[in-house]
Amino acid sequence: MEHLIQQSLGGLATGAIYACIALAVVMIYQAIDHFNFAQGEMAMFSAFITWQMIDWGANYWVAFFVCIIISFMAGVAIERIIFAPLRDAPIFTHIVVFIALFQIFNATAGFIWEFTIKEFPSPFPERMPFETTLIGPHDLGMMLVTLIMLALIFLFFRFTPLGLAMRAAAASPDSARLVGINVGWILALGWGLAAAIGAVGGMMIAPVVFLEPAMMVGILLYGFAGAVVGGLTSPGGAVFGGFLMGVVEPLAGMAIGSELKLTVALVVIVTILIFKPAGLFGRVVVQRV
Amino acid sequence: MAFLEVANLEAFYGPIQALHGVSFSLEKGGITTILGANGAGKTTTLRSICGMVKTGGQINFDGASISGKATEAIVRHGVAHVPEGRGTFVRVSAEENLKLGAFSRRDAKAVAEDMERVYGYFPRLKERRNQQAGTLSGGEQQMLAVGRALMLRPRLMLLDEPSFGLAPLLVQELFEILRVINQEEGVSMLLVEQNATLALNLADHAYLLETGRVVISGTADEISADETIRQSYLGY
Repeated sequence: MEHLIQQSLGGLATGAIYACIALAVVMIYQAIDHFNFAQGEMAMFSAFITWQMIDWGANYWVAFFVCIIISFMAGVAIERIIFAPLRDAPIFTHIVVFIALFQIFNATAGFIWEFTIKEFPSPFPERMPFETTLIGPHDLGMMLVTLIMLALIFLFFRFTPLGLAMRAAAASPDSARLVGINVGWILALGWGLAAAIGAVGGMMIAPVVFLEPAMMVGILLYGFAGAVVGGLTSPGGAVFGGFLMGVVEPLAGMAIGSELKLTVALVVIVTILIFKPAGLFGRVVVQRV
Repeated sequence: MAFLEVANLEAFYGPIQALHGVSFSLEKGGITTILGANGAGKTTTLRSICGMVKTGGQINFDGASISGKATEAIVRHGVAHVPEGRGTFVRVSAEENLKLGAFSRRDAKAVAEDMERVYGYFPRLKERRNQQAGTLSGGEQQMLAVGRALMLRPRLMLLDEPSFGLAPLLVQELFEILRVINQEEGVSMLLVEQNATLALNLADHAYLLETGRVVISGTADEISADETIRQSYLGY
């Protein structure tokens, strides 16, 4: 029983990271209707930037927040420079550009910081403040940090005029222009937010998987899977899907053995999608005319 | 110079030219209607004024040129467009639709008052304020579109077939409200309609478009009274 709780809590902690990636992917998907394959590599690059700042002697939390700002601005810049001119380009153009971005971030990280594995510091204490064997301090801290961030993002979208404008612009760009929203900049802002969310995920998971250019590839797959299971039209669903993926994987490992745990996780996804093709929370848009 | 002055307007969808030198004007506080058959260029004319199509020619609004400007910049001049198909933000609530209408305004208190005013015109919307807008009926969405436009506190409203798909009784009601908005709030209107009788009733001036050109213009009374125009162009 204790083992089961340990595995579930550990799964929730990793799931928080999948949730970040899933949310970032869904935000971009809602804006431009495509998966950003490079989301994980962008997060990895952000983690490297933080590592570099800490290596130069910066305080962890200073580096953490500076990295979020840099990632945000980089996301905005990517949209403005690359994706704004491609707005009406065919889907294959987008796919090629995503693959190119993936490769550019991956290779550049390897070129600057080399492909060897690096240790990434955890900002959380080494010992738990209270007696427990159920969850480690980094897992708990990473879960808390991502939950706080997700809550802030939720509040932003739900209760601020800018958040409302972002939801509106993603769903109906023409109408958004007609109420005076500058849709181009709103999309760029969405990219910036997605990059910042991914950066938090990257920085939080780096101490667990160790820092190296390929560290996000597996996580990106789970993030994608979480996004699809939760429903690509639902940011909340994507977050839920991410957490679900995190829990299903270790539990499947316990039940069947670690060789098949990935397979079982994927079987779960496919099963869910057979019954709910739009994902658990995916909206089949209701519209009367 | 007139409030809205359109001169030699040309519009293009890719290589296809939809407007061939359309000229007309609208006086401040007036209601002008553009009539014409399907494909005559009515919607394109409105979309051109809002910078949603590639255009040539001159468009002046309140003494300043707005040709070639971005849609959101033109909207910020006080031009509210009630688009064809209503342009509802389907995934957010009715009230959020109205809030979006006031997106470019910073006077929160006046915005709250305007929201109450819109609810005064359309009590149905108040009942359904928290409902997802995509689930409103066609008539309710049309009210929402007009309400959203009003939230801008516009000086000019561009109305693209507001009667489309509405029950006759609702059309009557909506056009009465448009008249009140025009007379009491002094909002100028450019109205595109298939229903010529209805439009000529509300408007003071009318232009008739045919394949991207103005063929006839005059006061609404002149056009309604002219037997030949009525039979050959308006078909009733």
